[in-house]
Amino acid sequence: MNWMIAIPEIVLACCGMAILILCVFRKHDDGFQLASMLSVASLGITAMLVLSGTMGLGFHGMVVADRFSGFCRIVILIASALAVLLSLDHNQQPANASQKLARFEFPVLILFATIGMMIMVSASNLMTVYMGVELQSLSIYVLAAFARDTERSSEAGLKYFVLGALASGLLLYGISLVYGFAGTTSFGELAKSFANPASLSPGLIVGVVFVVAGLAFKSAAVPFHMWTPDVYEGAPTSVTAFMATAPKVAALALFSRVMVGPFGHLIASWQQLLVLISIASMLLSAFAAIGQSNIKRMLAYSSIGHVGYLLIGIAAGTEVGIRGVLIYLVTYVFMSAGIFACVLAMRRKGRSLERISDLAGLGRTDPALALALIIFLFSLAGIPPFSGFWAKYFIFIAAVEQGLWALAVLGMASSAVAAFYYIRIIKVMYFDPAEAAFDTRPMSLSVVAGASAIFTTFFFIFPAPLVSAAQAAAKVLFL
Amino acid sequence: MNQAGFPLLSMLTFLPLVGVAIIATTGGEERVVASNARWTALWTSLLTAILSLVLWAKFDMSVSGFQFTETAEWLPEWGISYRMGVDGISVLFVLLSTILTPICILASWESIQSRVREFMIAFLVLETMMVGMFCSLDFVLFYMFFEGVLIPMYLIIGIWGGPRRVYAAFKFFLYTLAGSLLMLLALLAMWHAAGTTDIVALMGHSFSRNMQTWLFLALFASFAVKVPMWPFHTWLPDAHVEAPTAGSVILAGVLLKMGAYGFLRFSLPMLPDASQYFAPFIYTLSVVAVIYTSLVALAQTDMKKLIAYSSVAHMGVVTIGIFTFNAQGISGALFQMLSHGVVSGALFLCVGVVYDRIHTREIARYGGLADRMPAYALAFMLFTMASVGLPGTAGFAGEVLVLVGSFKISLWLAVLGGMGMILGAAYMLYLYRRVMFGKLEKLDLKGILDLSPREIAIFAPLVVLTIWMGVYPSSFTGFFEASVGHMVEHHQAALAAAVKLAGVVR
Repeated sequence: MNWMIAIPEIVLACCGMAILILCVFRKHDDGFQLASMLSVASLGITAMLVLSGTMGLGFHGMVVADRFSGFCRIVILIASALAVLLSLDHNQQPANASQKLARFEFPVLILFATIGMMIMVSASNLMTVYMGVELQSLSIYVLAAFARDTERSSEAGLKYFVLGALASGLLLYGISLVYGFAGTTSFGELAKSFANPASLSPGLIVGVVFVVAGLAFKSAAVPFHMWTPDVYEGAPTSVTAFMATAPKVAALALFSRVMVGPFGHLIASWQQLLVLISIASMLLSAFAAIGQSNIKRMLAYSSIGHVGYLLIGIAAGTEVGIRGVLIYLVTYVFMSAGIFACVLAMRRKGRSLERISDLAGLGRTDPALALALIIFLFSLAGIPPFSGFWAKYFIFIAAVEQGLWALAVLGMASSAVAAFYYIRIIKVMYFDPAEAAFDTRPMSLSVVAGASAIFTTFFFIFPAPLVSAAQAAAKVLFL
Repeated sequence: MNQAGFPLLSMLTFLPLVGVAIIATTGGEERVVASNARWTALWTSLLTAILSLVLWAKFDMSVSGFQFTETAEWLPEWGISYRMGVDGISVLFVLLSTILTPICILASWESIQSRVREFMIAFLVLETMMVGMFCSLDFVLFYMFFEGVLIPMYLIIGIWGGPRRVYAAFKFFLYTLAGSLLMLLALLAMWHAAGTTDIVALMGHSFSRNMQTWLFLALFASFAVKVPMWPFHTWLPDAHVEAPTAGSVILAGVLLKMGAYGFLRFSLPMLPDASQYFAPFIYTLSVVAVIYTSLVALAQTDMKKLIAYSSVAHMGVVTIGIFTFNAQGISGALFQMLSHGVVSGALFLCVGVVYDRIHTREIARYGGLADRMPAYALAFMLFTMASVGLPGTAGFAGEVLVLVGSFKISLWLAVLGGMGMILGAAYMLYLYRRVMFGKLEKLDLKGILDLSPREIAIFAPLVVLTIWMGVYPSSFTGFFEASVGHMVEHHQAALAAAVKLAGVVR
């Protein structure tokens, strides 16, 4: 039993519990600041451990540490750390005091969710998958309802919990069907048994469809997306910022591994399904986001669309496709973290603003923030030279290679439509008459937005290291 | 190393960004910042223009291939590199971009009063994108610059434009983006088939007949919007009318050429069979553009809109020339593109001059200006004549060459294409008469001032170029003769090979 494989997760869990205990015994303040700092530090330590960790299978083949899981875990840890940094200022705002966000449980819950996500991406058994998914989901349910005295946040938490529980049920049901027909839940064994076409049975396909449905819910793809806009809008913005980054990475990475790993030989059965989900996600998000006036809700629809693009890579089912997914996820994490840093900075007299029209004239009142937003929005729209263009480039290569022309053409068409709602925000910022300026930005938001903007803008100069790393990570899924 | 001895094209491309960095870091009082931004932008663009003259001096006209080439690793394992270079087809467009930019900056010296710093930044970024696009020898690099142009142009139209600027900016952005995204698909398909995005290598790669058809259509979607060809031209009048003067000049002078350049750089050499196959289709659209938009121009009451429609007609002549596939036609198209770049840019500047004074572009609001503005009337007349295609001005040689080229294809093509010259004379002279001649009746026109020294400085280089291109066109055609000849030969060889192959298969 090689438990060394899971050292990063174990260390992070211990850190999380230690922070929890430490803060419980602090009497004189809420301990939020301290817990956040310690959380960022433990995420950093865990990242070091992941980088220096050993490779291989552990816990009787339940968990695997390979380059794919390494890559994804690093991205998840970075995304979580960014989310903790983003929450620092927002949660401590006096205007938000009624929401009681500045509690030490907040960063600790992010830590536990992170452990869940790390387990998700390093799972090599359907049981481990379920464990990881549940640990992550339960933490995020609580986070979504963290402002427990406000109606919207409670509603978001409840909605997310009920629908999430349903999805977990679907996933579990699918897993049990797969186990029933294949006799194993181990990824390696499943792949081996599906290599023989005679092993296919309708029941098994139903099981796979349920698993896909569960995973599609977790990654918020159409038609399992209904919770996303409400939860994004209702949850405190610092929570939304977290939900838009790390959990997306975990869900899509898990999706990739499950589809091309154990179910890789069944590609003929699930490819159509993913193509359909992907097209539906892209088109729905492109059209639904146009009518939104709340920026968090708009970003929710935008995230659905991006999941659609990511699913193109998985639907291709090739190494190139998975490489594209990984590149896309990295660029998406930075774009999302950056844009949420900007959204969190939308504040007048301490009150947080969420309407798109509140950005009117930002180009005059706060040119730096407007510039950052312009970069993220053009990048999300996939306009070169920003990183979002490269993400699309590497994803669409996979579709073209596999001859998935309908997917490629509809994807392109939907990104032309989607560009409309992104540039509409730029219009509000630059073409509309100015309103009162926002409050001065806190340091933490400027740092996150600045760093993300620099990454997004200058990614095109040295794309090679990331592309190579993603290539190496994608390769291990096809060995 | 190339013949300049230093990475000239990269310097030309990225020098404006140095200016951007300088402008972006200055701070202080708004008036001072504005003045600093203007001067920095002017000097940066002038420096770029002077540097680009090295291209003019050192370009070897006898070589048909690419010169001043530069290569750097970018994503070597995936066939993408940073490659720059110019041949006879692109070199003059680089010069056109670098020369028009300082003129535009000078033209917006006084007319842009709000957010000067942002304007100058957008303009210099635009220059980087334009120059980079004409210099790229890698499809991905080309695409980055080609689509990157949208960002500054969207802001220029949307922030400093007229009353319907938001509509125009959205229309411009979405039209062009929709086209370019299909080009991106074509790019990916070509990369998949050839394993590289090196433009030179792609020119040597022969794509299958069926694939060529699809690739051509995808590229056509992008370039036809950019040219713009009828019926994809509707964004252009809106964008032109709403854009500030400098934006219109660059739009007409350089951005419209990007589409035609794309046809010459990609469609023709890389997809010879499909180009031949679709040529009648292109002729049809072009002839419709020439006649229909000329008639539309005749009915306009807005000066900028009239010139915008005339641009569509002139670009129709260009696309006819390109798809004649003979040396005269293509040379004529190139010459017409250059002359149109200078002349239509100058005409928009002319409109800008009176717009700055009276703040309207309604033709009916003017009349009798020749009386009060003799120098302006002279300049305007020269550019009007050049637009009409009078011998001795820039517009003549291009149109005649295209007509000669199209005669070789079909008499009707030449006759219908030639209608553009007649109708062009009609609407341009009609415009000139209504604005310049007649009685000076409007009260506010009585005190109108003639060209200021700044405006004379703007028009002087354009006047010189217009006459030079008209009187001695070979100093320009010499640049692209070798490249065009090579392109025609390459095209014929590719067609012959395809015919031979078809014979074998049969």
